[in-house]
Amino acid sequence: MKTERSSRVGPIAARVGLVLLVLFAAFPFYWAVVASFTPEATLFREPSLWPRELLLDHYRALFTERDFWTPIKNSLIVAGTTTVFCVTIGAFAAYALARIEFPFKRVILGFILAVTMFPQISIVSPLYMLLRTLRLINTYPGLVLPYVTFAMPLAVWLLVGFFRQLPPDLEEAAMVDGASRWQSFTRVILPLTGPGLATTAILTFIYCWNEFLFALSFTLGPERYTVPVAIALFRGQYQVPWGQVLAATVVATAPVAIVVLGFQRRIVQGLTAGAVKG
Amino acid sequence: MNDRQPIGDASEARAGWRLTAPALTIILLVALFPLGWTVWESLHQHDLRMPWLGRPFVGLGNYFTILQDARFWQALGHTALFAVISVSLELSLGLALALAMNRTFRGRGIVRAAVLVPWAIPTVVAALLWRFMFDSQAGIANVVLADVGLLRHPLVWFVRASTAWVPVILADVWKTTPFVGLLLLAGLQSIDKELYEAAATDGASAWWQLRHITIPLLKPAILVALIFRTLDAFRVFDLIYVMTGGGPGTSTEPVAVYAFNTLLQNLEFGYGAALSVIIFLVTFGLAMLYMRGLGLELGGPRRR
Repeated sequence: MKTERSSRVGPIAARVGLVLLVLFAAFPFYWAVVASFTPEATLFREPSLWPRELLLDHYRALFTERDFWTPIKNSLIVAGTTTVFCVTIGAFAAYALARIEFPFKRVILGFILAVTMFPQISIVSPLYMLLRTLRLINTYPGLVLPYVTFAMPLAVWLLVGFFRQLPPDLEEAAMVDGASRWQSFTRVILPLTGPGLATTAILTFIYCWNEFLFALSFTLGPERYTVPVAIALFRGQYQVPWGQVLAATVVATAPVAIVVLGFQRRIVQGLTAGAVKG
Repeated sequence: MNDRQPIGDASEARAGWRLTAPALTIILLVALFPLGWTVWESLHQHDLRMPWLGRPFVGLGNYFTILQDARFWQALGHTALFAVISVSLELSLGLALALAMNRTFRGRGIVRAAVLVPWAIPTVVAALLWRFMFDSQAGIANVVLADVGLLRHPLVWFVRASTAWVPVILADVWKTTPFVGLLLLAGLQSIDKELYEAAATDGASAWWQLRHITIPLLKPAILVALIFRTLDAFRVFDLIYVMTGGGPGTSTEPVAVYAFNTLLQNLEFGYGAALSVIIFLVTFGLAMLYMRGLGLELGGPRRR
């Protein structure tokens, strides 16, 4: 886009660029899927862009030899519990922060935003000591508790964005009709925020599902590993068992990809609303 | 809604506090309290492998040691290098992506979905996908680069730091450019279309419009993206831990991986805590710096 001709060149260049971009974004997934169906022996011998065989061995080994169900179950339990807890508690706080005027509100909002930017590593050591004292290392609560540190501020921050989008006079109208603050919140505002709550829950869940550092630090064995930890610590006897690793990445990615494809519009809205409109 | 008349100040304030209290208490307990603990711990010598040494108070001793710790300064250098290169690539590519997507065309949903998926998957998975592509001499990266003529001999990417950074940065760009792009796209869409129409009738070129309308009005969104990305890049852990493990040796080790190894492999909790505090202070400083640049618009909900 440099000269006056750009009015014609621009759109074509943009389109070519976008096609290349989509290819760049999609290729690693495609390649992982192809490789996950390829026998280990031919994985690095004359790689071909098209699958030559469809071998299910890696997937079978993943679930029989490796017991990949366990990390999936662990991840679902930990991410699910954290999400439900944080979205429920967070919704009250977010409502107040978005729609009620009270002292120090802006300070609290700033503080919550600051906490979302905390480097996880800076609280690993105290959390480790704390969980060790409480005998929670290598347990589900021992992961949910650390996860709340990032999931709670995230959920509140996203929900504030959604609550702010509702028209300002809603509760007043309800309260003029005799409803209390609490009633107007539960009967008027909450039902209208359904999609926002769902989006927040999805995003919070994704963040928990993807988390690595805490899960790596606070679990000790395969019986409590979450999906990312289990995949990262896959080891063969002599080398990385790439076939199984890639099958595992496909299994771990597919549900996230489906959710994202289904809710892409809302997810983008949730991600950008809080950040850009401020 | 901030310019709205309050309904009854005292009861409003009480309702506000009561609703905020649970979440706020939890955040204070699980995030702020541990942070204070880290600071306290960093003033002690505490080695979990040698419990008989106890936990003597050493004041700022750990910090003085860090100042002379070559491995720390190298790790800081690696982190800065990674942050500067990856964030500048992501911002420029993200801006291009946003500009290209800021028009209606068929298949826009597909593009958005395609770029959103890398952002949503675990970083560990992204790291493994890219490590696999660059792994062996017969990996796809070597094959493609040789076919295109960019490489005469296949490279063993992960044996040297200089080449190991290539897949690491590529993976980060691949994973996070979409997020930057979508953030900037939202910013673009909030710009008044009439500005462009007026400029076009005055005969302004597309380049002029980009420089004098788009970029200035997009500045807040660019700054927000810059904050998020720089802070993320500075905290980088998952990606490098999985792709290189900080190696070969410690030649690609960022500060977060160094702190992690100090804490959970060497079990030197005092020293590791001091490293963690420094990471926190640098991130906090960066955030403050940017916030000042943004004119504090981010924290305050005043602007609508």
